Amino acid sequence: MNIFDILGPVMVGPSSSHTAGAVRIGYITRNLLGSRPVKADIGLHGSFAATGKGHGTDKALIAGLLGMKPDDMQIPRSFEIAGEEGLSFSFHEIRLAGAHPNTALLNVEGADGKCLEVQASSLGGGRIMVNRLNGLAVNCTGENPTLIVYHQDRPGHVTSVTAMLAEPGINIAALNLYREKKGGEAVMIIEVDQAVPSDIIRCMEARDGIRKVIYIEGEK
Amino acid sequence: MAYQSLKEINRLCEEEGMPFWRAVLQDDMNERSVSEEESLATMEKMWEAMLSASESYDPSLMSGSGLVGKDGAKMEEYRKRGDTLVGDFVGQVIARALQMGESNACMKRIVAAPTAGACGVLPAVLVPLYQERINRERIIEALYVAAGIGQVIAARAFIAGAQGGCQAEVGSASSMAAGALVYLKGGDNEQIVHAAAMAMKNLLGLVCDPVAGLVEVPCVKRNVIGAVNALAAADMALAGIKSKIPPDQVIDAMKEVGESMHVSLRETGEGGVANTPYARKVAGEIHGKG
Repeated sequence: MNIFDILGPVMVGPSSSHTAGAVRIGYITRNLLGSRPVKADIGLHGSFAATGKGHGTDKALIAGLLGMKPDDMQIPRSFEIAGEEGLSFSFHEIRLAGAHPNTALLNVEGADGKCLEVQASSLGGGRIMVNRLNGLAVNCTGENPTLIVYHQDRPGHVTSVTAMLAEPGINIAALNLYREKKGGEAVMIIEVDQAVPSDIIRCMEARDGIRKVIYIEGEK
Repeated sequence: MAYQSLKEINRLCEEEGMPFWRAVLQDDMNERSVSEEESLATMEKMWEAMLSASESYDPSLMSGSGLVGKDGAKMEEYRKRGDTLVGDFVGQVIARALQMGESNACMKRIVAAPTAGACGVLPAVLVPLYQERINRERIIEALYVAAGIGQVIAARAFIAGAQGGCQAEVGSASSMAAGALVYLKGGDNEQIVHAAAMAMKNLLGLVCDPVAGLVEVPCVKRNVIGAVNALAAADMALAGIKSKIPPDQVIDAMKEVGESMHVSLRETGEGGVANTPYARKVAGEIHGKG
């Protein structure tokens, strides 16, 4: 932990795990969706379901979906703002086998009509982990700049993507590859040390067999 | 590598002839690969946020559950009447601690120090001093002292109520505040760590028993004991009193106590005051509302 994990974060209360972490889950979901969400159906699991309301977890998740960060003073007003910005939402309780006690399952639809299912957990101190993307098990914290590359499970994609990053001197901090089945849809989650310019992302997306690339700027 | 012991910080300070806060600053520069100016600027931001949170207390707010709010204002009014048992300064500290705890429960912006639940302790002792007589630069340095102590606690033990009970949250905050206070009053490095140790020792065993699982009761008022205990520990250290148990060993004891604490007393809302008939009734009403 660095000293600003001890003194900090600056956040809207009352709980780093149930409020600040929940805002970040909403925020990363918006980024992963890649467009403004217009509809969200959110399942709350474990402690999020049991004590979430009293901690403003519901308002925090919606605030994040609206693009707010954990220190945004508008978080308590997020339900009203969602109304103004055309985001409709609903909450329900859910049981997710084996999930961390502070977990949410978000089904969101973007303004461009695309849908995404994100399962994410709040680990404490405001830190989070995305556990599933459209059902596919992944691990992604969003703390560092991160590329999420959806592609077909076929030889050569990892090489071509990492080469495109190496060219301008972008260093890979972590690379994880997940696939639903052999030859099916696969996803690479690449955490990097430097910001990734948008032309590189466009180049990746132009590759045959790469369906979509999402870029999360990271927080550091 | 962050410091693993208070002893290590003080040994380094002695070798290099530097103050405690500078050892923490240098470590931050190494850890995060930032310049001195960048680190100081981030700490300035934390102080700004603390100060602004402390000044923007809204005496009319109640938490969503209706359990907490308005007590900080009551304490402040009482203090202003000039007849507190603890005197004016400590009266202010109590009022500030309550106010910040309430602000947190009411979804206002605060600075976790080390956690949101314990966010009232440090500002409660620092803000009144700042307003009276201490300049900004010294406050920023004192925040490094506090952060360094907190970092060692996090490295050797824990700072989450779910892991170690309230002693890990308010106990750690109190320990951090005690060290910061000693620094502000001109105490030496040895006095800083002994104040931190005495503050922690006095709160060993404090359980985390939030009513209905919310950061409200007894959390808001526990910020008061954290702050007042920090003042007492700092004054003892400045008087030349030492912790008989070496400071790092006190932190290790906190870890051992936390680990042996029953799970019902570690932020589950199942034991302690959370398990009283009144609390059970309140919890039923809150969660029943859905």
